[in-house]
Amino acid sequence: MTMTTAAGIGNRVRMMPSLTTAGPFLALFILVCLGYLMNRDFLAMSNVLNVVTRSAFTAIIAVGATFVISTGGLDLSVGSMVAFVTGIMILFMNMVAGDIGLWAIPAGMAVVVVAGSLCGLLNGAIVTLGKIEPFIVTLGTMGIFRALITYMANGGTIPIDASLREAYRPVYFGAIAGIPVPIVVSAAVAILASFILYKTKFGRRCAAVGANEDVARYSGISVATIRTAAFAIQGLCVGIAAICYVPRLGAATPTTGSLWELQVITAVVIGGTPLRGGTGRIWGTIAGAIILEVIGNLMVLSDFVSEYLVAAVQGVIIIIAMLVQRLSK
Amino acid sequence: MKGCSWLKAAAFSVTALGLVTVQSAAGFADDTTIAVSIPAADHGWTAGIVYHAQQAAKEVEAAFPHIKVIVKTSPSASDQASALEDLVASRKVDALVILPYSSEELTAPVKEIKKKGTFITVVDRGLNDPTIQDLYLAGDNIAVGRTTADYMKQALGGKGDIVVLRGIPTVIDDERIKGFQDALQGSNIKILEMQYAHWNSDEGFKVMQDFLAKYSKIDAVWANDDDMLLGVLEAIKQSGRKDIKLALGGNGMKQMIEKVKAGDALTPIEVPYPPSMIKTAIYMTAAQYNGQAPIRGKVKLDAPLITKENADEYYFPQSPF
Repeated sequence: MTMTTAAGIGNRVRMMPSLTTAGPFLALFILVCLGYLMNRDFLAMSNVLNVVTRSAFTAIIAVGATFVISTGGLDLSVGSMVAFVTGIMILFMNMVAGDIGLWAIPAGMAVVVVAGSLCGLLNGAIVTLGKIEPFIVTLGTMGIFRALITYMANGGTIPIDASLREAYRPVYFGAIAGIPVPIVVSAAVAILASFILYKTKFGRRCAAVGANEDVARYSGISVATIRTAAFAIQGLCVGIAAICYVPRLGAATPTTGSLWELQVITAVVIGGTPLRGGTGRIWGTIAGAIILEVIGNLMVLSDFVSEYLVAAVQGVIIIIAMLVQRLSK
Repeated sequence: MKGCSWLKAAAFSVTALGLVTVQSAAGFADDTTIAVSIPAADHGWTAGIVYHAQQAAKEVEAAFPHIKVIVKTSPSASDQASALEDLVASRKVDALVILPYSSEELTAPVKEIKKKGTFITVVDRGLNDPTIQDLYLAGDNIAVGRTTADYMKQALGGKGDIVVLRGIPTVIDDERIKGFQDALQGSNIKILEMQYAHWNSDEGFKVMQDFLAKYSKIDAVWANDDDMLLGVLEAIKQSGRKDIKLALGGNGMKQMIEKVKAGDALTPIEVPYPPSMIKTAIYMTAAQYNGQAPIRGKVKLDAPLITKENADEYYFPQSPF
């Protein structure tokens, strides 16, 4: 995805969220008001926490996708990658659980983070060394990861060892100071990511590469390194999301994470990061992920959408959210 | 080519004639070939199909040394059509047991094979032209819904508020829902709401969380497939709610059968749409090549209630599903 926009690099790099980046938050606010009007239970604490917790997987992965997309790349493999690394993690934990007991859980977390990063690195390396469009590369690895998890599971389910199940549950269902763990994790990921993207040389280079590859190259930036690193960050985020995902249902299946890549890309774009790259908006992405989950929640809580039309209404709301985001500029 | 298939057909009928007289002598190995064409394992239920087909192949070959069973899995409808061509190109196939990916795309290829005189057994999903099949064997999706509803009526004393999770909008899903709704008619059980959760555990979890947020009292939940029920059970557990008396599924996943065996309070019964039906079909097809058991016709496996007493019959601990 070579970018040839006329605009210079400077004005595309967002140092901090400003008024112009308020779009997704405005859309989220409107949606929340609508939700409250439709059903008072919508703002019940338990419902709000459920929805935001559920959005954590999409949010964490989408933070990684913000890096990839800001460099002008695209990663379609994230949904399959979640399933694949989740499978690796569970198989590993079950294997060592007999020897090291509950230590299998932190060991599994380390394994899944490494596995995710390596998967991302693989994507990045094929894109940059092979000089192939990221769309095609990640379409390929999407199929590969999906086939591997299906093979590992014999098409069925890979459940976590019963001795680890209860001890690991709090990582999804538990709370720190009243805030569910997945929300704490995604907030931490977002804070760290916005620091990297907005405050470091690497972050500015990501945007520069996405805005104009040639200009970036002429100014001495190693485009290949930056792009590969962005894919590796994406993989790392997938690994972190898997850590929170496994304790929820305690299993990996061939349908785990199916179509998550579309959710993730939608969250990033609703959040204000253009698909052509050059800009990344971490907090917008987080808002985008929450918007998607709120829409799903509202479809059930409101009474006037037929179950047959849910997908259509969701589509309309996403497009309207996009327009709100555009018009507020 | 035409003449060639003529010759083959002639040769085949001669062999077939010979079989009747010579078979008892059991003189020749690999005399009969049964080809099995099924979808590749891409989710729990198809994984069960693959497992049971392979088991049946092993068992039939061990029991009847003159029968050879070839199992071929395909990841899509077009792959299955190509696989059929390959299967019959290289060898004589006496019988084909097929679980078609889609009725539309597989009807013509199966018809071609039928022309060669192959015995055709169709499983689960019918072909567009029912004259092609010699034997049709399927489960009963309407009964899956009906059996569940009948149990629910009895267990809830004929009244209560329930929620339902549907799968993917397909005939299978529609039939299950129809059987369920029809059986509930006349009772005071009210379906508060139905939502699609696409036979997916994660979506089942989300939809159930939302149902719990929306309704302060739910007496029972029906997820028309066990994958979704996995997510439903986690959502109920997290909410800590005590008003839900029943959470039922369908299909016969081994984790759920284990709950039934253990006498679980929320999930005390299960209703099968068992992938082991492929095994039933392979055994029936093989029967005519050993004894002389006429098997042409239609077979519909019922969806009986699985309780603690008969759970072992439907429990396959080695199966991935």
